[in-house]
Formats: sequence, structure tokens, C-alpha cells
Amino acid sequence: MSESVDTASLPDHKEPDLSYRERFPLLALIIQRLMLSLALLLAVSVLIFGGVEALPGDFATTYLGQSATPQAVANIRKDLGLDRPVTTRYFEWLGNAVQGDFGTSWASRNSVSEQIGKRLGNSLFLALCAAVISVPLAVGLGMLAVHFRNRIPDKIINVVSLAAISLPEFFIGYLLILFFAVKFGIATFPATVYDSMAFVERLKAVALPVATLVLVVLAHMMRMTRAAILSVMSSAYMETAELKGLGAFRSIVRHAAPNAVAPIINVVALNLAYLVVGVVVVEVVFVYPGMGQYMVDAVTVRDMPVVQACGLIFAAVYILLNMLADILAIIANPRLRHPR
Amino acid sequence: MHERLQSLLSVRDLKIEAKIYPQGEAPRDVTILEGVSFDLKKGKVLGLIGESGAGKSTVGLSTLGYGRGGIRITGGEVLLNGQDILKLGRSGLRSLRGAKVCYVAQSAAAAFNPAHRLGEQVIEASVEHGIMSREEARERAVYLFRVLGLPNPESFGERYPHQVSGGQLQRAMTAMALCPNPELIVFDEPTTALDVTTQIDVLAAIKHAIEETGIAALYITHDLAVVAQVADDIMVLRNGKTVEYGTAQQIIEAPKEDYTRALVSVREMQHEEAVDQSRPLLRLDNINAAYSNVLQVLFGVSMHLPKGQTLAIVGESGSGKSTLARVITGLLPPSAGKIVFDGEELPKALAQRTREHLRRIQMIYQIADTAMNPRQTVRDIIGRPLSFYYGMRGRRKTERVGELLEQIEMGPQFLDRYPAELSGGQKQRVAIARALAAKPDLILCDEPTSALDPLVAEGILKLLMRLQAETEVSYVFITHDIAIVRAIADSVAVMHRGKLVRFGPRHVALSPPFDDYTDLLLKSVPEMRIGWLEQVLKTRRMASAGN
Repeated sequence: MSESVDTASLPDHKEPDLSYRERFPLLALIIQRLMLSLALLLAVSVLIFGGVEALPGDFATTYLGQSATPQAVANIRKDLGLDRPVTTRYFEWLGNAVQGDFGTSWASRNSVSEQIGKRLGNSLFLALCAAVISVPLAVGLGMLAVHFRNRIPDKIINVVSLAAISLPEFFIGYLLILFFAVKFGIATFPATVYDSMAFVERLKAVALPVATLVLVVLAHMMRMTRAAILSVMSSAYMETAELKGLGAFRSIVRHAAPNAVAPIINVVALNLAYLVVGVVVVEVVFVYPGMGQYMVDAVTVRDMPVVQACGLIFAAVYILLNMLADILAIIANPRLRHPR
Repeated sequence: MHERLQSLLSVRDLKIEAKIYPQGEAPRDVTILEGVSFDLKKGKVLGLIGESGAGKSTVGLSTLGYGRGGIRITGGEVLLNGQDILKLGRSGLRSLRGAKVCYVAQSAAAAFNPAHRLGEQVIEASVEHGIMSREEARERAVYLFRVLGLPNPESFGERYPHQVSGGQLQRAMTAMALCPNPELIVFDEPTTALDVTTQIDVLAAIKHAIEETGIAALYITHDLAVVAQVADDIMVLRNGKTVEYGTAQQIIEAPKEDYTRALVSVREMQHEEAVDQSRPLLRLDNINAAYSNVLQVLFGVSMHLPKGQTLAIVGESGSGKSTLARVITGLLPPSAGKIVFDGEELPKALAQRTREHLRRIQMIYQIADTAMNPRQTVRDIIGRPLSFYYGMRGRRKTERVGELLEQIEMGPQFLDRYPAELSGGQKQRVAIARALAAKPDLILCDEPTSALDPLVAEGILKLLMRLQAETEVSYVFITHDIAIVRAIADSVAVMHRGKLVRFGPRHVALSPPFDDYTDLLLKSVPEMRIGWLEQVLKTRRMASAGN
């Protein structure tokens, strides 16, 4: 019997903190995760701003090209407020960003927020399509691999997924274009979408980029699902289930699944985050008007407000999804849901 | 034939094989059990006893038609009510398991699913097999919780496995096995993972439940004293074969085979107590310690130990005895108090201690497996302290490793073996040699024998005593086993909930008058005689009636 030491003898001043954590460990942990995420986001914003600031090259010289006289460069820098100290500009940028205003693009003089609004929607649509296909497929294949463990189907699934994981996404993208768009002509390329497009048309346009993304994230999720279920299947309580004479279906649904959920949620969230961020390369390959394309274009002309905004939003999505995964995993843990 | 019809369970000439996968060789089948036969009548208990690897659990699980890993039953019969369960198909086995034959695992903590409430798991088999309705099963579960002495039987089932203690979980597991009214229950070391004070309650509960319901049981354990309390018949197994099979009385009181005799007398090792207090080595003064500065686990603990003697620290899990060892080694700096070693106050934290301090205090762990690098040979493991503390190299080092192997009664043929190629007892011997290599003044032994089989453990204890006589090393020996204390200790410290409840020379500490906790602890240690449990329970009932 591992009774804890009786609390009466603990130092008094620790009492309130301890009891709050002991009474609501779930809430305490979730709040802790939220705070951590916020702190992380703040740190990332510093890194993004600092990193962009430290980049070699300068918008003014790139923009002016041959006609970059020192006077013209200074004028543009003054126009854009670049002559003010870095910290002032950072806090101004952060303050506006918190209110949803990412400033105006230096290159096009458009509002960055407005541009991003449209393009983020496009990117999320792409990621969502890929997620809707890949998550059930990965979990299903993972279960299939467990069922046929160490037999031919398992080995085929493993080899194919390993191959897909090993090829970079731009290469898979070009392969798909070569075969499905060029040789067989059954898919459209480039994957251009516009506002007035019908939904079915839109789906058709994104088919190839979605397929690329699915192939890239599928393997990882599938392998982790397989590993998570296998580790649960080898635990003592699964033997108990078998020795109770339960059928395979009930054992898996009732005894294995609840315990495999947390690790699977984690890897799914990680891959969803990767989907949203990983679209950068895929969008460029397929000339898809999303966030990634926008960011890459902005980098080439040193359009810093756009680069910073895209970077921050990507980071926010990544952190948000990981935080959600953490919180869901915490909630899935009966030890935290039902404290002693 | 008549005899057979009466038996509930009749095992005939059981043969069990397993596929092993030796490294670099083709997989092959090995026989792990052969020629085992026994009968079990309704309402009787058969104790299966033997060291690890003897095949006890394998026999137990075969009565459910189940083999762990690659284990297959390849010969013989397992007749339950005259029907051979080895001939049952998948669905036949499924309707047998959890209905007619139930299993109680060694580690209830691992065997319960952490995601579901205890009550649901207890009634699951009964409901799934259609033996009773959900309501009836719930009522029966509450009844069983009460019979097994669980707190708040009405609401106990609402709790999750992590919300109750180890002893309660083990009783809940017994309730789970009893719930569908099976004909046979297999208890697989149900009390091995428990403290003695908890073990006695669980044992009593199991015995009471068996008497109450009249079912038959197989009781598997490595502890003869435990099985003597519950079994009618006992079978001694070794290396997959029957050594001796008879009534409990005959096995305990008149064992025929040498191996059984050794098992019966294993706890009789005695040690002459040293009394010389003139050469102090270690003194702890009012030690307080806490984890993360919040959870205090040691409260003003003081004790001392002379040179060349053994101090046994006794207590159940959570009593703070391992924490005390961490404090002495410096791994956990005490929040208050003093550690005086050979007349000099030791720095509290490990980082402030000199290499000489480190050399003079060595440690032996409970699980030798995890305390050794699996990728190092015995030569490297024992040689490391030699080069670290003494800068030895080359031939001198090899010679010294050879001497140390000699000291632990192992030959030079072990030099280039890896830990995986050693038995449990040999691993612990190598760990002892590694500690000895530093020529320490003090070795902290943290339950070094509790994971070993009784005869192997006895060998380790004898080795430790011989080494002490030869090298004058002192031991702080952490244990929960009173028999070991009697076998090796010169002085005894009893810990309970982080406090020292008793300290003194062994003959004083283990003689009356006792404080309440030491009394309970001593009375909970099973004795190697039939009827011990009944007697203890009777005294307890009388004591509570007297109050």
C-alpha cells in the first residue's frame, strides 16, 4: 500500500497551491498548457521578427534595382519606418498583429490581413481535404497492419509507406503530375482555383496536391498507429480480456481502443500541423494560390510584413494543433480525469 | 477410473513446448514442461510451487487452454469435469475462460484496464457470457467486495484502478475471478507484489472466499510458507518437471526430496550478532528529506552503524527506506540533518563529494538487470570502478577482475559474457563484485535479493556475509523481509511512513515489548507451518473483541 505522507505535516504555506492542483489536476494541466502555448507563440514572434531583420538584403535595394541611389534608398526606408529602432518596430508590429492587423505589403501596398484571409482559406481547404482522406486511411491501414502483423499485408503496407516517407514531397508532386496530368491526362494542372469556382471543379483542381500531401503524411500516421495499438495489445490487461473469454472485437473496441487513443491523437495532430505548414512546397509545385505560395513570393522580393505574417500564422497553427493534441491526450487519461 | 470421475480437474502427462529464437541460429522448439499430472477435487486447493522458470504459471494457464508468447501445449490431457479442454475449439475455449475457469494475475495493477471503472471490469465476464444479468452481476460484485473486506463495498466499483491501493486491487481481481461463479480459479502469485502486512489480509480474504463458495483453486507461488496456509495439496516443480507431489502436511513436515527440504529450510539461516559499538562508521542525525521541496518523505531519522557490521532497514513500500539510501549516497540532498561518515561530515549533495567519498560508499540494486549496461561484458562492468578509482589498466586490471570473480564464486569463463547471458543470481553477484572493486567501507544494498528465488537469494546472502568477514565492509541492507533481517543483521531500523519507529541491536529490536507497527509487521510474516494463518486471524479477532 503506497499511502502518501499525511498532509498535516507539510509546510502550511504550500497548502493552497497543492490543494488546487490536487483537486483539479485536469484543469491545472490544461491551463498550464494554454500558458505554455502563449509563451511559446510570443517567443516565436521574437524569433520571426529577429530572423527576418537579420536576413541579408534589403527591400529598398531590391525594389529600386539599378536606380538605387543612397538618397532613394533612404527615402524608401523612411517611408516604411525602417529608420526607427528595432524594438519600437517589433512592439508596434506585435500590438497590431494581436488585433489582426499585419500592416500593408511593401510590394503591392495591399493590406496583408486581407490577402492572407483569402489565401489562408485556400490553404486550409487543401489541408482539410488531405486530412479527411489521410486520417481515416492511416488509422485503418494501421489496424490492418496490426491484424496481419508480420505477415504479407503488413510487410507490403510497411514497405510502401516507408517509400512514400522517404521521397520528398516535391518529387512525389512532380511524379504525380508526370503520370496523371501529362501521360494519362486525367487530372488538371496547374491547380489554380478562384472564388467563383464550383465546388466540384475546385475538388478536381486540388486532387493532385491533396494526393501528394496524403502520401507524405500517411506513412508516419500509419506507422505510429500500428505501434500504439501493438503496445496496447501486448499489455497485461489485454491478456486479462482474453482470459475472460471475450471476443476479439470486444477486446479491441472496449479494452484496446481507449488506451490507444492518446498516442494516436498525438501523431494525428502533429501530422495535421505538418499538413498546414508543409503545403508551402506543394503549393509552389502545383502553383496553388495559398499561403505557402504567397510567402515564397514575398521572400523573393523581401516583402517583410508578408513574410512575418505568414511565419507567425504558420507557427500559431502548429502550436494550436499541438496544444489541442496535448489537451485531448490529457483528457483521455483516466488518472487525470478521475484524481484519487 | 472412479477417482478420475470425482475430480473436477485432472491433468494427465502434460507436455508443453515453446519456440525459442536463439541469436544467429534457426528457431527451434524446446520442451519447457513434461510429464506433469495431478488431480483436483471440488472445494480443494492445490499449491504449485517452484522457482522462476519452473513452469508453474505455464501449468496454471494451461487449465485455461492458454499459452503466453510462443508457448504451445503439445501433449497430455487437461480434463475439466471429464472433458479435455485441449480439444476445445476457439469458441469452446472462449466460453470456458472467464466462465468456468478464471485467472488472478500476479500484478493486478497491470491486469486491470486503466480506462474503465473496477466494477465494470469485475462484472464484464459474467454479463458477456450470459451467466447473469447486469443487475445480478452488480449485486454479486458488491457482495464479493464485502466478503473480501474491501472498503465501502457499495461504491467500490465506481472507482478506477489507479484510485485504490495495490492490496485492494488484488482483492478486486479476486472478486473479478469469483464473480461468474466459476468451478476453478487459478491464482498466479496473487500476493507476491504486496507488503507482508497487506499480504496477510489478501491471503485471509482469498481463503475465506474459497471456503465460502466451495470452488477449487490452483495457487501458484514461489513462497512455500504462503502456500502452506491455503493449500490442501502441494506440487513442487523444477525445470518443468514434478519434484514432489503430496498433501500440504507431508510436504511441509516430512519432505522426501532434497530440493523440497532445501525449500522448507531456506529461511532458517542464522547470523551471530556483532555487539562491538566502538568503531563507528556511519551516523545519520535527524535527517529530513523531501521530493521537489513539497512532498516530505523522511521525518527526523537518526541511526548509526559500526564498521564491519550490518544495519537492516525494514519497512513496507512507501516507508522511505529507499529514500534514505538516496540521501546517504547524496542523490537526494537532505533538507535538514547531518550525515557523518568515518568521523567526518559528508557534503549533502553528490556534486560536492570527492571521488574518495564516492569510492567509499557503493551500492547494490534490487534489479541487477537495469543496473548494468547490457552492452558491456562482465570484464568491463567490474573493470570500470578499477580504472575509475584506481587507474588500473591492462594486465593488472584483468588480474584484479579475475580475483573479484573468484571472490563472488564465479570463474574466469564469465569474463567475456554479457549480462543477458547470466542468470538472475549471477547478475546480482557481478553487481556485488562491481561494488567490491572500489574497496568500499560501506555498501548500500537496496533489496538485492527480493527479485530472486529463495535458494538463489540464500546464496547471495551467504556470499555477502562471507565478504563482510573477509573485508570488514559494512552493509546498510534495505529489505521488507524479516527472515533476511534475522539471517544477516547486527542492528535493525524499522521505518513506517517516513519515520523511524524502532532502532537498536537486533536482539533488542526484534524482542518484545513491541510498538504497534513492529508487532503487526512481525506477526504478518508467514511462518512455515500449517495453521499459522488461522492462528493469527484468531488472535486478531480475540484482540478486537477484547477491545
